[in-house]
Parts: sequence; C-alpha cells; structure tokens
Amino acid sequence: MALFEAIILSVLAASTPLLIAAIGELVTERAGVLNLGVEGMMIMGAACGFGGAWLSGSVIVGALCGIVAGTLMSLIFALMTLGLAVNQVATGLALTILGIGLSGLIGAGFVGERITPAPHLYIPGLTDIPFAGRILFGEDGFIYLSLALVIGVWLFLYRTQAGLILRAAGDNHVSAHALGYPVLRIRMFAVMFGGACAGLAGAYLPLAYTPFFIPGMTAGRGWIALALVVFASWRPGRLVIGAYLFGAVTILQLHTQALGLGIPSQFMSALPYLATVIVLVLISRARTGGSTAPAALGTVFVPDR
Amino acid sequence: MLDPTPTGLHSGGTPLLQTVGLTKRYGNFLANEAIDIDIWPQQIHALLGENGAGKSTLVKTIYGLIQPSEGEMRWQGEKMVLSGPSEARARGIGMVFQHFSLFDNLTVAENVALGLDGKESFKDMSARLEEVSNVYGLPLDPKREVWQLSVGERQRIEIVRVLMQNPKFLILDEPTAVLTPQEADQLFIVLDRLKAEGRAILYISHKLEEVKRLCDTATILRGGKKVSTCNPQQETAASLARMMVGADIKEVKAAAGRKTTVPRLVVNDLNMEPDDPHGVRLANISLELKGGEILGIAGVAGNGQDELFAALSGERQCPDPGTIVIDGHAAGHLSITLRRKLGAAFVPEERLGHGTAPRMKLSENALLTGHAASGMVQHGFVNTAATLSTVDRATETFDVRKAKRDPEAASLSGGNLQKFIVGREILRNPAVLVVSQPTWGVDAGAAAVIRQALLDLAASGAAVLVTSQDLDELAEITDRIAVMFHGHLSQPMATAEATREKLGLLMGGSSLEQKEAPHAVSA
Amino acid sequence: MQLVLEKRAERSNTIALISPLIAIGLTIVTMTILFAILGKNPILALHAYFIAPLSDSYSLQEIAVKATPLVMIAVGLSLCYLANVWNIGAEGQFLIGAVAGSWLPVVTHGTDAGYWVLPAMLVCGTVAGALYALIPAICKVKFGASEILTSLMLVYVADLFLDYMVRGPWRDPNGFNFPTTAEFDPVATVPLLVSGGRLHLGAIIALLVVAAVAVMLGRTIKGFEIRVVGAAPRAARFGGFNSNQLILLTFAISGGLAGLAGIIEVAGPVGHLQPGFSPGYGFTAIIVAFLGRLNPVGILIAGLFLALTFIGGEQAQIAMKIPLDVTKVFQGILLFYVLACDSLILYRFRLIFPSPKVSSGAV
Repeated sequence: MALFEAIILSVLAASTPLLIAAIGELVTERAGVLNLGVEGMMIMGAACGFGGAWLSGSVIVGALCGIVAGTLMSLIFALMTLGLAVNQVATGLALTILGIGLSGLIGAGFVGERITPAPHLYIPGLTDIPFAGRILFGEDGFIYLSLALVIGVWLFLYRTQAGLILRAAGDNHVSAHALGYPVLRIRMFAVMFGGACAGLAGAYLPLAYTPFFIPGMTAGRGWIALALVVFASWRPGRLVIGAYLFGAVTILQLHTQALGLGIPSQFMSALPYLATVIVLVLISRARTGGSTAPAALGTVFVPDR
Repeated sequence: MLDPTPTGLHSGGTPLLQTVGLTKRYGNFLANEAIDIDIWPQQIHALLGENGAGKSTLVKTIYGLIQPSEGEMRWQGEKMVLSGPSEARARGIGMVFQHFSLFDNLTVAENVALGLDGKESFKDMSARLEEVSNVYGLPLDPKREVWQLSVGERQRIEIVRVLMQNPKFLILDEPTAVLTPQEADQLFIVLDRLKAEGRAILYISHKLEEVKRLCDTATILRGGKKVSTCNPQQETAASLARMMVGADIKEVKAAAGRKTTVPRLVVNDLNMEPDDPHGVRLANISLELKGGEILGIAGVAGNGQDELFAALSGERQCPDPGTIVIDGHAAGHLSITLRRKLGAAFVPEERLGHGTAPRMKLSENALLTGHAASGMVQHGFVNTAATLSTVDRATETFDVRKAKRDPEAASLSGGNLQKFIVGREILRNPAVLVVSQPTWGVDAGAAAVIRQALLDLAASGAAVLVTSQDLDELAEITDRIAVMFHGHLSQPMATAEATREKLGLLMGGSSLEQKEAPHAVSA
Repeated sequence: MQLVLEKRAERSNTIALISPLIAIGLTIVTMTILFAILGKNPILALHAYFIAPLSDSYSLQEIAVKATPLVMIAVGLSLCYLANVWNIGAEGQFLIGAVAGSWLPVVTHGTDAGYWVLPAMLVCGTVAGALYALIPAICKVKFGASEILTSLMLVYVADLFLDYMVRGPWRDPNGFNFPTTAEFDPVATVPLLVSGGRLHLGAIIALLVVAAVAVMLGRTIKGFEIRVVGAAPRAARFGGFNSNQLILLTFAISGGLAGLAGIIEVAGPVGHLQPGFSPGYGFTAIIVAFLGRLNPVGILIAGLFLALTFIGGEQAQIAMKIPLDVTKVFQGILLFYVLACDSLILYRFRLIFPSPKVSSGAV
C-alpha cells in the first residue's frame, strides 16, 4: 500500500511539469500559433528558476524567475513570428537551440548546488487520512496550481468573450481581422501565456522534482508537452488525462528499472519517447475523419492596412 | 463640395455618410483617389466597378479596417475618424463581407457574438438572435457549426449579425454572387424592407440588371477614381458597363459552322465520397461532351463543383476506369499526369495556389502542367528554353501584361494571370478542356479574351466543360447547361431554353428532387 | 510606433544573397555585447572565435573535418525543408547510422577482413539512417502523425540505443570498462587525405553530395517537384506530383545522408563508437541548412562557417575560459537573425508613427 501511494505521488509529480507546459501551449495553439520552442522555454525556466531560488532562498521567487524567463523567451518568438512573419516551425526550433545554450551558460554558476525543495501541503487531520490524505492534501503547491490552471483555462476558453475571441483568431485570422479584432496582439498574449507556463513548468523540475539543476534536465519534456496537446485534441480536460498517463509511463519505467527485471535500463528509459510516438500515431489515425486542430494553426498572418 | 445627386429625394438636410476627397495610397499605388460619395438614409446606393477599381478599399475604409491616407469621412455632417471596425459598428455601420468573415468551427451563435462586441450575455444575445432572424425571415439554428451550413445560410448569419447591431448604414459586398436567382429575390425583399425602415445601404455588385432594379443611386469607380454618380434606373446596362470599363466591351463571337463530332469526354455514373469531412459526395453523375461543344455547369458554390473538378482532372481517382472516358480511353483510374497525356487540360478555380504556385516564376508554372507531355523534360532534366518559350507564346497569343519576361505568378494581376493559365493549357491543343470559373474576379477585357479563347478552342474541335456561377457567362458561351446541386448533376438543356427561372429552380434543388425519386439519371 | 510588413510583389534576389551576411553581422554585434557582459575582452574573444582558427593548417583542416558532417546532414535536411516537411531528428539518424555502420568493424575486429569493410560500413550507415528516418515519414504519410514530434522523439531513442550497445554487447573487453567499442581496424577507417593530418575522405564525399544535390534541385524535374510541393502543395497536386511519395523520398535521402555522415564521423575522426561522440551535429545542421538558405552551395559555405565557430569556441575556452555553451548561444542567436533577415526577402519592413489612436495590433 505504501508503495502504491508512493507511486501515485511520484506519478503526480512527474506529470505536473508536462501538464503546466502543455496547458500553456494549448492556449498558444488555440490562438493559431505553433510554438515548438517549449523545450527551450522550459529549460530556461529551469535554469532561471533554480538560480532565483538559490540566490533568494525562496521557492516562490524561483518560480517567478522561471515564469519571467519563459515569458521573455516567448516574446522573442512572438517578435519573430508575429512581428516579422517568420516561419513558426523554424523559429520554435531556434528558440529551443537558444534556450539550451543560454540555460547552460546561466546554469553553469550553480551546477552542483542544492536548495530546499518546495514544501508539501500539510493540513492536520486531512493530510493524515490514510492513503488518500497525502495524495489529496499533501502535495506541493505546484500540483494544485497546475490543476487550477487547467480549470481556469477551460473557463476562459469556453465561458468568456475573450476566450471566444482567442478561439476565433485561431480558427480564421482573416475573419477575425475583418471584424476588427487585433489578431496579432491576441496571439502575442497567447504566446506569452504559453511561455509563462513553460517557464513555470521548467522551474518545477529543480524547485520541486529534484532539488538541483543540471544542464538539459528537461530531457525532452517540452516536446512531450507538445505531443500531449495533440493527444488532447486541443481540449483542456483531456490534457489532464494525457499528462497523468505520461507521468505514469515515466514512473513505471523507473520502478521497473529498480526492480531489475533484466531489461536493459536504456530500453526502459526510451519508453516515454516511444510511447509518445505510438500515441501520436494512434491519435492521428483515429482522427482520419478530420482534424480537430485550430484551423489557422501555424499559419503566418500579415494584416493589410 | 456636395455632389449633386440626381434622384432628388433629399433636397436639403445632410447625408448620413459623406466621404470627402478620400484617398488611400499603398506605396506609389493609389487604390482610391479623391473619392467623394454621399450616402443618404432610406436609399440603396450601388457601388460599381471592375475588379481592382477600388471598391473594396473604399468600403474597408468606411468600415474602419484601413485608414485613409488623405481626405475625410463625415457622419451625419460631423468629421469621423475610425480606429477600427468596432468603432464603425458603434456608430451604426455594419458590413456583410463577400468572402464571409465567419468561423467554420464555431457555432452560429458564437459567430454572431463575435460581431457584437460582447455587451450582453450570451443567453440574451441568443434570444435576440432568434427574434431578429424571425422578424426578417432569415431562419438560423444558433447551435450549429458554420461548416455544416450552405452558402446561403452562411450569408444569413452575416446579415443577421449586422442587423442585430440595428445599424443605420449597411454595406453589402457582392451579396448575390453566391445565391440562386430565387434566393437573391428573397434578399431583395429584405433589403427593401431595411430601406423602408430608414436605413441606408451601400450595395456593391457587378450585376447591372440587379442594380438597375434595386438601387436608387449608383457610384461608379474606375482605376481608383470616381467616374460618375448617376441614377441607374435612367441608364442601360450597356451604359453602366461602359462607365465601369471605360470603353466598349468587345463582344465574343462563336465561330460560324461549328460542328460537334464524336464524344470526347464521357462520364458514366460517377460516385465519389469526399476526402474532406466538409466536402460534398458526388452521386450518379453522367454526362457526354462532344468535340466542338461547350457544356456549362451552373450551381451555387459548394454543391460539389470542386469535387467534380478533382474527379475529372484526376486529382482524385476512381477505382473504376470506365467512369471517365477521355477521347475514347477509359481514364477514371489514371492520374492527372496520364490524363494530360491523353489530351486533357484543366484550369481550376483558384488561380494562386492551385492553378499556379504563387511564388514561382511563370516558366516554372508552365512546367507545372506541361512536364508530362510537351518536351519540357528530357531524361529527368528540365529544358528551360522550352518552358520559357511557352511563357513567351502564351504572352503573345493571349496578351498577358507583365513587368518582365519571367516574373513570379503572384506579381501578375488577376486577369493577366488567368490569361496565362488558360493560355498555358490551350497552347497544348487539348482534346478536352475542363475549366472552373474561367473569369471569376477578372476584368472585363481579360474576361472577353478568355471567353473568346474558349469558343475558339471548341471551334477547333475540342470539348470544353465550363463550371461557373455566372449565369450570364454561361449563357454567352455554352451550347448546353446542366446544374449541380448537392453533388447531383441535372440533365443538360440547350442554352437557348435555359431560362433564369429554370436554372434557378434547379440551383435551389427543387425540381431535381422530383426527378430524383425514380432515380432517373442517364446520359 | 508600429512595425508594419508590406509584401513585396516579387522576392528580392539581392536581399536573398546578402541576408545571411546581415545575419552574421548582427550576431557578431550581439556576441560582442554578450562577451562584455561575461567580463571578457570582446575583441580578443572575437579574434579567438573567428580569426585564430584560420591561422594554422591544423585548425583549417579541423574546420573541414567538422564541416563534413554538418554539410552532409544539412544538404539532406534542406530537401525536407524545401518540401515543407520537418525532419528535426537528423541527430538520431546520424547516431543510428554510426551504430549500424559500426557493426562490421566490431564483428570483424582482429580478423583479416579485407578492404571491403569500409565501403560496406558506409552502405550500412546510409541504409540504417534512411530506414530510421522513414519511421516518422511513414507515420506521417500513413497516419498523419506530426513528423516534427516523432522524428525528435526518435533522437532520444537513438541516443539510448547507442548507449546500450557500447555499454553492453559491443563494449571493448580491453577497454578498462569504459563505454566504448574497440578502436576500429585500419580497413574499417576512413583514409586521411594528408598523411599525419586531419582531413579525410569524408570531405570529398561531402563535396560530391553538394554537387549532386545542387544539380538535382536546379536542373531536374525531381528537384522542381520538391520545391513546388513545399511552396504550393495544392498546385503540386494539380501538377501531378505525389506529396506522400515525396515526403518518403526526402526523409529517406536526408536520413541516409545523416547516417552516412554518422558512420564517416565514427570511422574517421573518432575511430571508435562511444556515447556522446556527436556534439549535436544533427541539430547544428538545422542552422547550417537555414544559414545556407536551403541551397547546397550556400550550405557548404554555412557549414564551414559554423565549423569555424566550433573550433573557435574550443580555442576561446582554452585561451580565455569562455564557456563552451557560448558557442551554442551563438548558434541559436545566429539562427534567429537568419530567419528574421529572410523575412526581408518577402516583405519590406516599415515603422509607422501613428496618429494617437490606432487599435490594430502589430508587435
């Protein structure tokens, strides 16, 4: 039972950075922008988040630093793709390459340092309930925040006029422009939200998941987050399922390695990546009838005036 | 500064909207030059002009989408500067776009809400939507997503969305281009009612009979300038056309003594599922087209014309070879390249991105359709001299105007690019030519050249299939006309017998359904 | 103030030529600032990066050695990018080519196998790279799965597979437990062009690849097909070109070239298979492809330039203790400037100082 509880706790922790990064990217993509630089923004969030926490001694300051770093990275992306109408795929790749380099440079100063990780919630009584208590009431704050973000995004997209406008910009930018909506500005905010989330997701890794920073520690999570958005068919609810499934795969392979079943560890480590490929294939195949992707996703828009 | 408006309905008072010396410059190009227009309440004011005359620039300025370079607008006598469409809407200016400003994957209600600047709750808005659509006889189901709707229904959304703002002034851009004649008649009833309610309407069209029937005043633009403001009821269609074009339009003539010979294009009971979920299923399509003959296919856009083009061209293939026969060869299973080798040629509706690669040179675009059959490729290598000579010949034969010998396709005007595309195909001396919307969005001069070329091609013995939404065009050049509706093709009738009413009924699907019952489609 | 893009009637050929130079210039300005922030003398640092490696023969050869895999991979990638499909997993195809090509030298190690070994290795590497690249291509064509994500995921898988092979079955028994294969035999090694130097046969192969692809793109119908499928897919279909076949073809070519580059790298400069033997050539090649404007000859020049920054980075680290990550930052910034300057080919930039109220939003 204790092992089971530990597994669930670690699945939640492993899923949270994926969920946070993916919900941000979901909003970006709903506005019609494909930002492939999630990995780069995340790793910058990790480096700056750890740096901030290490210098200030505060996890919250660290998280804010991560958010700011991710947002600044996304602003570069916005300037390029929205301001200069550059191809979004290429720019996203560039953002990832830049992020990996910059984070190495920034992080070099505190590789090997440790911080006190983010505290877990403790409500006397509730948290002490056997089994469910720790899972429901004993997580770190990021986990609650990630779920709040998903609910918030769902409410925003489907229950507010602003959310409707954002979806409209992602469906048909020409129509949105013709009705007088500032398509590029809407998209810029969506990109920034995606960047802030990616930065926060990255910061989660050294602030709560492991209490130290190593270069390249995101290890492809940004890319998996991108795949999750596809998996979720651009719907926030399904994102939660997808993120937790992926977290489970990650933890499963760690535990299997620990059991020492004689399967080479590299094969188990490859599991999350292979799972991503397989899921993408299955999801795309199931959807042969038509795409649920935002219609304007990834297309350049230059308004005439 | 007030233009003397000929109708005399409004001696004294101020116009609702005035543009004074309105000018819009793009670099060195003057899209609008010093345009003065007065719009009065309770009037339908036509805005006429060829493609590129500056009509859409002008209405976009009035709707606040673009800012004028010089000149000003006055609203009820006072200077008006619009920072964007929402400000225009707030004043009471509404616009129905030609290419609808709708969102396919959102519901009707959401689409309407997006045009209303969100001042009321979604629930109140939905209730009002129902009310307005009932009052004006424009029924809509607020919960359906736009992609499920017909073109006519989509236009209803646009109109209802504008009416819900209770506008003083409506702009309608080519509203009847996508409607059947009967649907257009219903629209005119709505417009008359709006006029009676005291609203002003700016009505953009190039259908001159329609303008004569509906409008009180007409302003004619040519080359970005205002040519005249007149009372269309006192003009003839010919005089209006002359003002638009600036010269008499050459009439196209069919060569005398044209003889139809053997069938060159036969379609036998073609059925095809759409490859895109928003597409139309083709059902039991059969037709036979002889050499020397031009067959027209009329119909409202989105009734399967695109799918038919894909099936005829081989962009999509049928499993059964015999469904399509080109010049005696079963071709249903063949690719577009192999069909071209059999002597077929194709001109799609969309010039940029389908008929040509916009950012590639004309010579490369000649290679695009010519690589199969005209010596442009030897042992896998491209013969540049051959592709360039095709460009030169098309330029000369069809009077393609361009800045240099081999520019990018996108840099040509619509009319010149269309002349190039049609020329590129005709120069290959096709046995069969399938052409969609040959003169859509093309100036009158180029349209005449293209129509004449189609007639000449048929006279030389080729079979020509023309899909068009422009009934006048079909009447001018075809021998027989069939109508497409919901993926079905009606029995062709001789063009001389094809009245507007008959075609309109078929386009609306009414008489087809009766014929549909015994399932009698034959050729 | 507002930045507005105006579409040019035609692409500007002048700007197409000078845009990479503008990008390099802007990158150097940015780097100067970055060096200053790091507390290094910018002049000395720039000298170490861009001038010092050009001043001795060893470094010059080393530049060519580093440029070889970059150019070969980038030429292949340019075909994909021209066709508007996004193979970003070249690093994985590079690694798999290296692993597959290493099979022969490992099993023939210490035997008297003849000169057929090296050619056979090159074939193995190429084929393996091509097959590995076909996985994402088939997933895209058959199922519509995003090739961007699948090709990238397979990089991690390839990396782990390499790791497994050299730690497991192929580990050199005399290697003091280091994760590496035994040193390849001379018949399994790419010959040097200058004895005692660094330059090897791979450089010649890279030049042949550049020439072949240049001819294909510029002169053949297949090259036209690739360009038109990328530039206007619907028009390409109308032209009778099958974009699915082309996706498979471009992925196979780019994967094959990456695999070939991988085995040449292992059988040449490295001499044995070990984890981490690639400094991310497969990713840097993406930058090379764009800096070279997706043109084979441009890519050759761009490959040499980025190789220079690799060597310069190492020298700057030794001489001035500038972190190696600076090279990656440099490459990332360069790619941004290249992409931004490319925008100038299609658009004119204009700054507008508007009247007080303007709501249409540009960034």
